[in-house]
Amino acid sequence: MSKGHLLIRVIAAMLASALGIGLIAAIFALPRPMVGLAALVEAHLEESGVRHPVTAVLLNYRGYDTFLEIAVLLLAVLGIMAFRPVGPSSLHRARIDSGPVLAALIRLIIPLIVLAAGYLLWAGAHRPGGAFQAAAVLGGGGVLLRLTGAIPSFRSPNPWLRIGLLLGFGVFLVVAALPLSEGLRLLEYRAARAGVAILVVESALTLSIAAILVTLFIGAAPSRMRSAPSPAAARPEDNSAGQP
Amino acid sequence: MIGGGLIYAIAGAILFALGLYGLVVHAHLVRKLIAFNITGSGVFLVLVGLPQRMAGTPPDRVSEALVLTGIVVAVSATAFGLALVRRLYELTGKTRLPNDPRPEP
Repeated sequence: MSKGHLLIRVIAAMLASALGIGLIAAIFALPRPMVGLAALVEAHLEESGVRHPVTAVLLNYRGYDTFLEIAVLLLAVLGIMAFRPVGPSSLHRARIDSGPVLAALIRLIIPLIVLAAGYLLWAGAHRPGGAFQAAAVLGGGGVLLRLTGAIPSFRSPNPWLRIGLLLGFGVFLVVAALPLSEGLRLLEYRAARAGVAILVVESALTLSIAAILVTLFIGAAPSRMRSAPSPAAARPEDNSAGQP
Repeated sequence: MIGGGLIYAIAGAILFALGLYGLVVHAHLVRKLIAFNITGSGVFLVLVGLPQRMAGTPPDRVSEALVLTGIVVAVSATAFGLALVRRLYELTGKTRLPNDPRPEP
């Protein structure tokens, strides 16, 4: 490393530590807030339609944030599909373990994953859980299925998958807009219907986020690096002769 | 008087500074992305820790929900960033910004 770059590192380290110390000082200097939102959240929990305060904030009080969150996820998957690598994906021809143990394990584990995801989705109403946690579990199951070859790779999502990707955003948009027809504001649920609205939105979000996660994994599978030959890149050709 | 949340807020401030240092010092774009994620984790820790900095304060559900939203947005932004970095590598064979004056390691 040259002298100039060492100097830059030292200056950056000094500036960063000055910033860190300043931030810590600011944390200590902060006045105690007069009004907290915690009491407000608890006070209106009855009308929110769910009994877990974090779910109430995510899907009711600050539903707008969650709505934009699924929009950001959708934009990310669109961007990643737009920049997906050219050429065949490495997983397309990767050797898949055809042993009986793996197949039996998958048959055993996939129903459990679906069950766990369903429980997490349902539990979100009254304890930690919810759409994103359930979708992460489902997405993990999808990745497992792809790695074991149970679901095929694709160059571009088929119509069903496209509907799945859009489902969460679309259902959320419709449910959010329904109160407008009754003269209420966007995302302003009536207390009696809030529970149903949140359950519908969360179910659609779960399916959609799981589809997005699996699409990210399959769609972004790296192409084999033909430009930089390495032992890893050469191996599939050697093995293809011995494959049935 | 001082609550347990304060230690998380302070750790968050330190993580933020560390991440910023990494973002400036490293030329490799994946390292920059990791450093940026460390910065984000610092912000999340501050957001969760600050409301509980006084002893006996109940946890703030609003900031917890905002952090949950933030984590998902950070993950998707990181995935998109990685896709961009890989595209850059495929097109130019480089893993750093074109106008980075630092010498290759």
